[in-house]
Amino acid sequence: MAQASVITDEMRAAIGKESEPVTIEVDKTAVRMFARAVGYKDLIFYDEQYAKSKGYRSLPVPMGFLGHPVYRPDRPSRPAYVMAFQTPYRRVLNGGTDIEYHEPICAGDVLTATTKIADIVERTGSMGPMLLIVSETTYRNQAGKAAATFRGTLIQY
Amino acid sequence: MSEQVCFEDVQEGQEIPELRQECSSQRLVMWAAGSGDFYQIHYDKDFAQSSGLPDRITHGALKHALLGRLLHEWVGESGRVKRVACQYRGMDMVNEDVICHGVVTKKYQRNGENIVELDVWTETPQGQKTTPGTAAVSLPSRQPT
Repeated sequence: MAQASVITDEMRAAIGKESEPVTIEVDKTAVRMFARAVGYKDLIFYDEQYAKSKGYRSLPVPMGFLGHPVYRPDRPSRPAYVMAFQTPYRRVLNGGTDIEYHEPICAGDVLTATTKIADIVERTGSMGPMLLIVSETTYRNQAGKAAATFRGTLIQY
Repeated sequence: MSEQVCFEDVQEGQEIPELRQECSSQRLVMWAAGSGDFYQIHYDKDFAQSSGLPDRITHGALKHALLGRLLHEWVGESGRVKRVACQYRGMDMVNEDVICHGVVTKKYQRNGENIVELDVWTETPQGQKTTPGTAAVSLPSRQPT
């Protein structure tokens, strides 16, 4: 017998719904901080003149960097896809990350991100029953082109 | 800068040079600031232990980014890292090295680009694969089209 599902109608109805667009600024200091944390030595991530000499508009983003949503203390700081569904699970883990760039993203770009829940799956693993929430965020650049796609898996268990 | 790797140089099954990085608590704090992920299990030992963990753990997304750096350093100035996808299957503890690996699985041309696909993963110093994944990069050709 299958266990009772923890996926509610509300959760099922949320699959595929696009969020409100979020504005994301990609700035030079943020690119440098990210690159420094990853330990990059390549100056294209730090020195704008050098990056331009290599054909970039400004500092390009290292793999994984998609800018930061503009922070406002009067709005939730957690991204919309980490929405709190009522589930029996208390603990949350990051299950995986999939980032694909379609167009170059550089400092100075202003991106517009929309997120949807792509899938919700139940599974039983070594930690017992768990819920996998797969979100997909599309980042469009100022020209309206899809510049990157982020897929994240959030595990609740 | 090492010599530029070209599409013609690459073969399926080829291993790329590994990248070994220490993930100290300072590193994890820098990552928290750089990424905007301030979850305390990554830098607050008391908080991590009260969450049932033996100690602070390295951010999954930092391992993803390190896999990106592994590829960036391999593809050189004229290559591009297009996609990195990975799953966080096991935990890496603070102050332990994360060792990044990649093996070429496929190469082909698409829309005028020379695409190379790889299996990528991170290992603990004990050899446990904690972060398996796949990636795609583009490389320059020796015969420009």
